[in-house]
Amino acid sequence: MKKYPVIFLGCLLLSFAAIPLFGGDYGIDWMTKTIIFGIFALSLELLVGRTGLVCFGQAAFFGIGAYATVIFSTDVAQPLVAFLLPISVLLAALYALFVGALSLRTKGVYFIMVTLAFAQMAYYVIHDTPIGGGTDGIYLYVKPNLPGNISLNSSLNFYLFTVFILFSVLGLLGLITRSRFGRALLGIKLNEQRMKATGYNTYFYKLAAFVISGAIAGLAGFLFAVKDGYVNPELLSWHQSGAVLIMIILGGLGHLRGALIGAFAYNLLEEFFRSEAIFGVFTKHWHLGLGIAIILCVALLPKGLIGLPSLWQNKLVGKTAETPDDNDQVSSSGSGH
Amino acid sequence: MKLIKVSLLATNIILALSLGAAQAQNAPKLKVGMMLPYSGTFASLGNAIDNGFQLYVKEQGGKIGGREITYVRVDDESEPSKATDNINKLIKRDNVDVVIGTVHSGVAMAMAKVAKESGTLLIIPNAGADIITGPMCAKNIFRSSFSNSQPGYAMGEVAAKKGLKNAMTITWKYAAGDESVKGFKESFEKGGGKVTKELNLPFPNVEFQALLTEIAAAKPDVVYSFFAGAGAVKFVKDYAAAGLNKTIPLYGAGFLTDGTLDAQGDSAKGMLTSLHYADGLNTKRDNAFRLAYAKEFKLQPDVYAVQGYDAAQMLAIGLNATAGDVSKKDDFAKAVTAATIDSPRGPFKLSKAHNPIQDFYLREVQGKENKSIGIASKALADPGRGCNM
Amino acid sequence: MDFFTFLIQTLNSVQYGLLLFLVAAGLTLIFGIMGVINLAHGSFYMIGAYLAYGLAPIVTGMFGGGFITTMLFGLVVSILLGYFLEWAFYSYLYQRDHLQQVLMTYGLILVFEEVRSILVGDDVHGVQMPDWLSGSIQLNDVMTYPTYRVFISGMCLLLAVGMYIVLTRTKLGMMIRAGSVNREMTQSLGINIQFLYRVVFASGVAIAAFAGMVAAPVSSVYPGMGQGILIICFVVVVIGGIGSIKGAFVAALLIGFVDTFGKVFLPQIAGVLVYILMAVILLWKPSGLFKAGS
Repeated sequence: MKKYPVIFLGCLLLSFAAIPLFGGDYGIDWMTKTIIFGIFALSLELLVGRTGLVCFGQAAFFGIGAYATVIFSTDVAQPLVAFLLPISVLLAALYALFVGALSLRTKGVYFIMVTLAFAQMAYYVIHDTPIGGGTDGIYLYVKPNLPGNISLNSSLNFYLFTVFILFSVLGLLGLITRSRFGRALLGIKLNEQRMKATGYNTYFYKLAAFVISGAIAGLAGFLFAVKDGYVNPELLSWHQSGAVLIMIILGGLGHLRGALIGAFAYNLLEEFFRSEAIFGVFTKHWHLGLGIAIILCVALLPKGLIGLPSLWQNKLVGKTAETPDDNDQVSSSGSGH
Repeated sequence: MKLIKVSLLATNIILALSLGAAQAQNAPKLKVGMMLPYSGTFASLGNAIDNGFQLYVKEQGGKIGGREITYVRVDDESEPSKATDNINKLIKRDNVDVVIGTVHSGVAMAMAKVAKESGTLLIIPNAGADIITGPMCAKNIFRSSFSNSQPGYAMGEVAAKKGLKNAMTITWKYAAGDESVKGFKESFEKGGGKVTKELNLPFPNVEFQALLTEIAAAKPDVVYSFFAGAGAVKFVKDYAAAGLNKTIPLYGAGFLTDGTLDAQGDSAKGMLTSLHYADGLNTKRDNAFRLAYAKEFKLQPDVYAVQGYDAAQMLAIGLNATAGDVSKKDDFAKAVTAATIDSPRGPFKLSKAHNPIQDFYLREVQGKENKSIGIASKALADPGRGCNM
Repeated sequence: MDFFTFLIQTLNSVQYGLLLFLVAAGLTLIFGIMGVINLAHGSFYMIGAYLAYGLAPIVTGMFGGGFITTMLFGLVVSILLGYFLEWAFYSYLYQRDHLQQVLMTYGLILVFEEVRSILVGDDVHGVQMPDWLSGSIQLNDVMTYPTYRVFISGMCLLLAVGMYIVLTRTKLGMMIRAGSVNREMTQSLGINIQFLYRVVFASGVAIAAFAGMVAAPVSSVYPGMGQGILIICFVVVVIGGIGSIKGAFVAALLIGFVDTFGKVFLPQIAGVLVYILMAVILLWKPSGLFKAGS
């Protein structure tokens, strides 16, 4: 089991190196976008896969990070990453603290709905009030500089910066999951009553996970704003929250690499269904393909794409005693509803 | 697990190679990227623009500037959050020579940013956001449609001339609505009127009842409104259902009744709107256009089709001047801004900020048509504030 | 605010609330009884509206029927559709956890929207109001209230009363209420749970479609109309308490009032008000206002 993360990291490094060499301008663009969504998905994985808290409002933290980046760089001649990055992460984390503190008092499907409600609140504040510049969004006119006056204007520079952030986030989350804190979160997912009985203050553990997750989502938002130079209220919509949820489930819950695989798979699926070369006239209806693919994936791959090898193994070798994967079940709906 | 990793890596490399391979082509055909809403509420507008563009190209024998046209289409779904991705796809993966699009202002804003940075030729066949021919204006960005404030401004003049004293406005709270109302307010108050209250609701909300009741209670002389698509249909119907159309005249930007009369039926009867196009213009140019369009697509053309048609005309004028070379941006811009475009709406020129200077017609809804009953505002230019080109 | 304006806004609130109730009732029943989170419920509302648009010429042409006949036809079609969908798709969702249900029904939304686009296209359509309903009621010298909206409220109320009678006075209703409180117990009592589920699901679809049909003349028929109402209906269900019809009724009316009056008095935050309401209620009563089965 331990060797998989290493192999995965190795493949990741290889593919990241391959893209700028062979992919051209568009390839770098696509990869950067996918990595940003990968970071976004990783943030949600900590909550859903690790702690068992299904949050349907992750897009709010993503959007707040993005908007903070743009708002704090208007009228600044040369904005700086050293300022913008921390502030967008901080603001996203603060909102996560607020939302978490209140939502964690509910359970199960009610928790899902309350997180959605708070995301919708953030959405409407940005959409309807002068803070966010309204439904047409706002421009980021000048891209911030890295410390040492390194410009992020070139897509290659930005790509490398994004890869660096990804590995930092992976490292951070890797540390967290292997720490006592991370194992406590897992314990909470599997049986919160028992954790409480052994003296853990589960509320604070869950809140901490919520805030960290929100902060990372805000970080992804910062990257997104810098990449596109344009933010729009739809970044906070429930469709966005739904999409990132789909990504981690597609990839497979319970593993960090599941989040990344899911982000890749989702974007690849989209590219696939939208390519005129394959579908010709039907490209217009690409949502149909995506919808069917999602349904089939969930129906046939309940453990996500990560579950594929064990599925094939079972088919070939027959049902053996499956090595219990310690991150298996999703008991998010634990107490029913 | 290993299998997954290897296949992921393989997919990555294949993707990288195929993406890179797309770069290598550079045929003499002119690649036109059409980024329009082909699905969702604005789908019919996107299709009309596409049709109009295609019609002109067909009339020129499939060639513009001596180069054969091939199309690459992307459905922007009127989604601003995907806009940058979509136009990047067109410019960087499909290597189009020119981009035509789009309808939704938010999407167009993202497109303008990318086009400005990459220098790709962009012709906008609808989105009227003032900012695009304002601070975002560029040598390679053109508009064949209008800017948001124009129809409102024209209507304000009409209302003021009729001696109406107080007005209320109602629209969606987004750039198109805000700017349209601002235009109306500017000319109406200049002509001695006063806008007593500006009502709005979030885009694309269509629950108008509460606001209609407010209008009924306040009893202004006239109501000016801006809505488009499904929202326009519902608003006009709701206005009539509340009985307001009998007592308080409803004025609007032409989009309120364009392409929506079928669904609105009787509720739009007699409404006055202003737009840079109308039915029954009865000029030789327009009649020929309408006949050709109806024959080709079995539909009546609307303002969106005209805008698409004229976008193609503008492209042709520029490319003829540069002998089909899209990289000669200065010559392209010079030719297009110097020319008078022979549009079915009437001839027009482009302003310095690349927005049409055109006549706005006063239209009245008669049956299923927006009949032109005169000119609301002659040769109306858009101020292009903030554009330094 | 004078009396007549207040009256009109109240009528508006009630009408909007009742419409929400119809869609939410189906959602809460399906959720409460079958434990299925159905994100595609808004699509049934849309299907109803498109049925009203599509069936009208057929019914008028072939049978010479009018508006009411079209609605009855539409009801029959939607019941059949619901029955089929439950058998073909939803019955596989019962064993799955909520996340998987969310995903699969989300995929279903995409499929519905695209099939609609392929079959009927993307244009906006109007549905003709029947002449005998298209007048207005005069309230004072300027203000009138459209008769049709009163009709909508009336129809929704009729259906609500019908639901109440079925749920509280019939054997079927008893089984449904039992199923929503304790599924396993109901099954062990020998009740054919599969048939029950199918009936409940088909009814849920039919009620939502009916709401779409009756609202079509005022709201027009356009792509994406299901999404907007879906999310508000989830809020209704959650506020009211999952599985509680009474809760859905109260919550729907509450939201109708908050939303309508909110737009008049606090237009800038009108969009957020409903969500603030939900957050406040959930923090006060974490399982919604009413228990399941009421």
